Amino acid sequence: MVITRKVEFSASHICRNPQLSEEENRRLFGPSANPHGHGHNYVVEVSLAGDPDPVTGMVLDLKELKEILTREVLEPYDHRFLNYEVPPFDRVVPTTENIARDIWRRIEPRVSDGRRRLHAVRVYETADLYVDYFGEEPCSA
Amino acid sequence: MFRVTRRYEFAASHRLDAPQLGAEENRRLYGKCNHPYGHGHNYVVEVSARGPLDAATGRAVDTALLDDLVARQVLVPFGHCNLNEEIDSFKRVVPTSENLAVEICRRLKANWSAAFPGGWPKLEKIRIAETARNIFEIRADEIE
Repeated sequence: MVITRKVEFSASHICRNPQLSEEENRRLFGPSANPHGHGHNYVVEVSLAGDPDPVTGMVLDLKELKEILTREVLEPYDHRFLNYEVPPFDRVVPTTENIARDIWRRIEPRVSDGRRRLHAVRVYETADLYVDYFGEEPCSA
Repeated sequence: MFRVTRRYEFAASHRLDAPQLGAEENRRLYGKCNHPYGHGHNYVVEVSARGPLDAATGRAVDTALLDDLVARQVLVPFGHCNLNEEIDSFKRVVPTSENLAVEICRRLKANWSAAFPGGWPKLEKIRIAETARNIFEIRADEIE
């Protein structure tokens, strides 16, 4: 069974790689490379896979998941400039993919145990673009 | 592994009428969708691709390349058109959203390696909402 909790945060970012030229950054990232930054209302859906506890009937108490997401994600991310205020985005480009992976790394040790595991982190940058991250396993052909 | 999904919209008209069936049978089967002059929808198409991160960009899919491909193969030819009259494959099959999903998937798959010559990302699936209540999904590996 998969259960999902959704949270939202607002943050600004710049997508540019300092090792590439201005022209190359503009080509790769388009308007997201604007050096002054811009922002999004990000929506995050965190999904856990597991069996319900036989006593509580829950995979994980969603109140507890909400508290974990608030502490590990919303408090560091919300209303921040990701590149300047939220490591590792001082050295990693804060693309939607890298945000999904960072959220996975922050919460995976807090939610996975013998009975349940983190299944997916979905991050919507806008309603028209979202990324699902399923962990570090390599891509199969 | 990352899966990146991009959402697109186009508006088009269609009429569901199977030439192998009689008029009465078509009316019974398709109901309102068989009205003789056709009708339209705001189709919402989600295209999902999967792959590893590119080290330089921190992205798994170059969305500008995906947008170009989808515009060329889907949004420009299908947008504001009559699917039955203007899209060749719907002269042969009924433009249900099932068949529309197959056609969109076939077009993207056929042109995928030219748009993404590096081997990654791979096309994973297409999801079409004909209306907010009717949704159709096909995996790229379900068709040739």
